[in-house]
Amino acid sequence: MRGAPLSMTVLRPQSAEEAVSLFADNPSAKPLAGGTDYMVLWNMGGANGQCLLDLSGVKEWRTIRKTAAGLSIGALVTHAELRDDPVLRREFPLLARAAAVVGAEQIQNRGTLGGNIANASPAADTFPALAVYEATVKTVSRKGTRSLPLLQTFSGVKKTNLEPGELITAIDIPYLPKRPHRQLFRKVGTRAAMAISKTVAAALVWLERDRTVCELRFALGSMAPTVRRLKAAEEFVKGKRLTAEVAAVACELLKNDVSPIDDIRSTAEYRLRVSRNLLSDFLLS
Amino acid sequence: MARPSPAKIGIGIVRTDAPQKLTGTAKYIDDYKIPGCLHAATLRTTIAHGRIKKITFDPAFPWHQFAIARAADIPGLNNVLFIENDQPLLTEDKVMHPMQPILIVGHQDRAQAYEALKHIAVEYAEENPVFSIKDSLARRQLLRGEDNIFKKFLIEKGNLDDGFSQADLIVEGEYKVPHQEQAYIENHGIAAWVENDGTIVVRGSLQCPYYVHKALVKIFNRPPEKIRVINAVTGGAFGGKEDYPSLIAGHAALLALKSGKPVKLIYDRAEDMAATTKRHPAIIKHKTGVSKNGKLLAQDITVFMDGGAFATCSGVVLSRGTLHATGPYECPNVRVRSCVLATNTPPNGAFRGFGVPQTIFAAELQMEKIAAALNLSSLELRRRNSWKVGTITSTGQELKESVGASKCLELCVKKARYDKKRKEYARWNADPGKPTWKGIGLALCHHGAGFTGSGETILASRAAVSLLKDGRIKILTAATDIGQGAGTIFTQIAAQALGMPASLIQIEIPDTALVPNSGPTVASRTTMVIGRLIERAAEQLKNELMKSTGKVPQDRTALKKAARLLCDGRSAKRFEVQYEKPADITWDDDLYHGEAYGVFSYAAIAVSLEVDRLTYEIKVRKVTTAQDIGKAINPTLAKGQIMGGTNQALGYALLEYADFRGGWMRNSQFTNYVIPTFADTPPMDVFLVEEPYSRGPYGAKGLGEMPMDLPAPAVVSAVHDATSFWFNEIPVRPEHICSELIKAQRPL
Repeated sequence: MRGAPLSMTVLRPQSAEEAVSLFADNPSAKPLAGGTDYMVLWNMGGANGQCLLDLSGVKEWRTIRKTAAGLSIGALVTHAELRDDPVLRREFPLLARAAAVVGAEQIQNRGTLGGNIANASPAADTFPALAVYEATVKTVSRKGTRSLPLLQTFSGVKKTNLEPGELITAIDIPYLPKRPHRQLFRKVGTRAAMAISKTVAAALVWLERDRTVCELRFALGSMAPTVRRLKAAEEFVKGKRLTAEVAAVACELLKNDVSPIDDIRSTAEYRLRVSRNLLSDFLLS
Repeated sequence: MARPSPAKIGIGIVRTDAPQKLTGTAKYIDDYKIPGCLHAATLRTTIAHGRIKKITFDPAFPWHQFAIARAADIPGLNNVLFIENDQPLLTEDKVMHPMQPILIVGHQDRAQAYEALKHIAVEYAEENPVFSIKDSLARRQLLRGEDNIFKKFLIEKGNLDDGFSQADLIVEGEYKVPHQEQAYIENHGIAAWVENDGTIVVRGSLQCPYYVHKALVKIFNRPPEKIRVINAVTGGAFGGKEDYPSLIAGHAALLALKSGKPVKLIYDRAEDMAATTKRHPAIIKHKTGVSKNGKLLAQDITVFMDGGAFATCSGVVLSRGTLHATGPYECPNVRVRSCVLATNTPPNGAFRGFGVPQTIFAAELQMEKIAAALNLSSLELRRRNSWKVGTITSTGQELKESVGASKCLELCVKKARYDKKRKEYARWNADPGKPTWKGIGLALCHHGAGFTGSGETILASRAAVSLLKDGRIKILTAATDIGQGAGTIFTQIAAQALGMPASLIQIEIPDTALVPNSGPTVASRTTMVIGRLIERAAEQLKNELMKSTGKVPQDRTALKKAARLLCDGRSAKRFEVQYEKPADITWDDDLYHGEAYGVFSYAAIAVSLEVDRLTYEIKVRKVTTAQDIGKAINPTLAKGQIMGGTNQALGYALLEYADFRGGWMRNSQFTNYVIPTFADTPPMDVFLVEEPYSRGPYGAKGLGEMPMDLPAPAVVSAVHDATSFWFNEIPVRPEHICSELIKAQRPL
């Protein structure tokens, strides 16, 4: 344990308004939600001397709200709450399933969706689901509020386009226009729990009456510095029947939108092959 | 005649340490609040090989608030005495591996101690490092002696040339196994202080109090009675706390001596994994001659192990690996050559199995290859060659009793429905519509219990049972309960020998001031060797009780009465016994010939698994194992040991990979050093086989290590059954299956 509590300053706002104001006055402060990634850093002494903005007192951002357009998930909603929420499970099952495989139950109990987004890990399990649901990230700062499409929220590995003093308030997910014909969530981790994804996929497909593709949405995590939608493959299959030939071309196009790497957890070769298998199986099943 | 008291052994009584551990009241070393204590941190080398040129302390840092201990402060030997004297307590000059300790810094605030390390700059003159068995063997750089070899062995039986010339078929194979981290739940930690009379006391998380004691006597140049080593409740060790605690104890005690204050030195996980010992990586080559009906005729085996930078117990690990290298199979002509080499990585050391998981992995996969070459089932091949009573082993040892190899094998394949599963899986795999490939694999192994050869005679372990005046009975032994349940087992053995309820018996804390030297808690020897000593000591007490009172007390009141009589004014009456070498055991250490072990335990395993056809993820579905341990003193604990060891071995086979680059372990945290979780743990059917050993307590022989020895080859053979790919190296990960599929251009 190398964390030095005495070297740290902790700001404890009790409302959203106070949080925004304290953050504006202390733009170098690190916002703390569930702390599941932060505590690892803290334990190694990586947060010594830092200023911390503890958001646990901000109750406004802890609920899932139903709106006319969809669901608005407060930034401080935990993965356990996402996993168990009946409306989310019915309307956005891929996100509920993704939340259920984040770390393990202990992590799900503490980790929040807003914290997960702010942490911007390329391997975050919920991002592919949020990407196919075309979620929007809502933020607030002293300058006002903003809405960022999920894919434009991330700028690189562990990097976001959030500005100093800007906090995530909610993640909005619009209802789907119709039920998809098929959907997929699949995490491929290093082990059965407490695992970081090697590749993680979420997908939705709508078919026309003549079995041609109306729309495909396919997103992958851990395959690039940020979560990616497979734009080229999605575009290609549109209006086509899902034959073996079409699927094979879509699988070839997959690599246009990703850039997998070799690292401690896996290899680029494996990530690509398995992602293609998942795409192919989804298109042809 | 009194009615015989009900049996205390062979039943799964609740662990004696369970209430404390379940309620969180068991005190691990960092739970002790020590007033005024300094928290210590260790400055370590950052290069693999070279010399320290200069150490500079940041002049702007408030060093007066810190205590610092350096090599120059050591009153005695700057060496951690173990088997050899090559490992310094603190580095003065020569750097042999990264993470080698240089100096110790202490402060009342733990975070400040770590902070101080950032304000010390070390300049080095680097030399070429050696990181692999191959480069060390090629003497790319000389790290030690003439040849970089810590130790080598040769075992010869029969005539190898004759064996190969009679063979119908010769099969060759090369196998490779990696480092493995012990991953005990509690990190290393020691507290040290100096008593008013000058006695240096250390208490901590450790496996072998007398090893630490022996090292500290030399380091501090004090008489043995002025060094006291106390075992705290220890959260697992698996061999990892056999030798390294001697360094930590030396560091903590040195700083305590220098500062005059108590010192706590507790490693965090990152430091623990990066700095302390691992299982030895190994390369093992097999050349086997067989007849066409599947009889082994010649085994030529070469074993290379990577010892890391210092000797630690590498020679002994190699010895055990060498002695088990043939597998539990009889062969008339055998040669085993082995050596352990120096590299510039932190020293490798003891880990459950102690060389055997490495050589059994190779031996068992070799059996699979031979069976495949003969077009014979590997089960049948094992049946035709496995050890039985009367077998002469590679060292010329005749097995006279307690050989459960074929009993384990037959029970295991029957319970696993092995033949049926093979056929069922072949049908499943032939159907392209199935989501997985299924496979089942088999392995058989032996494990010699106790120290090798004359080791137990040299150790001459002692243990005692003491009757206290106030009516308590205490078991006195330095054998530690590090989570395996030794305390419970000892209690049951003493209760059985005394014919007394287990609740009347307590275990003394392993404290060198209170207990005799029972040798180390290693080598699957604790139940068999120390248990037998406790049985003998308890029998002596029982005889005394019978002599003076005519019966054995059955409750506290009666025991108190008897104790007053027997103690006769003294505070306690102690019955201490020492290990006695059986007359018929002979061992030649030069020729490596004779009775390598008093007895062997045996185990067979069948592993069923599925490989996902889309993701190549490997899911172990079922483990069935039968293990001959002589006698299960506590069957619940025995099965727990087997399940735990099996899971540790499944991690070795499928997940665990220490990413060493530049002599450093780069993934020294559990985020990326991936061990199995409960969600990865398959259902296990464990069957205990009891072929009693006449010299063990109630027939018991070794158990602790064997479960670690045999799952890995069974997993690899199950993966082969599922995918038809052979892997000669572990871990087998989905990435490897993927690469093979791509190479083979096999479609989905």
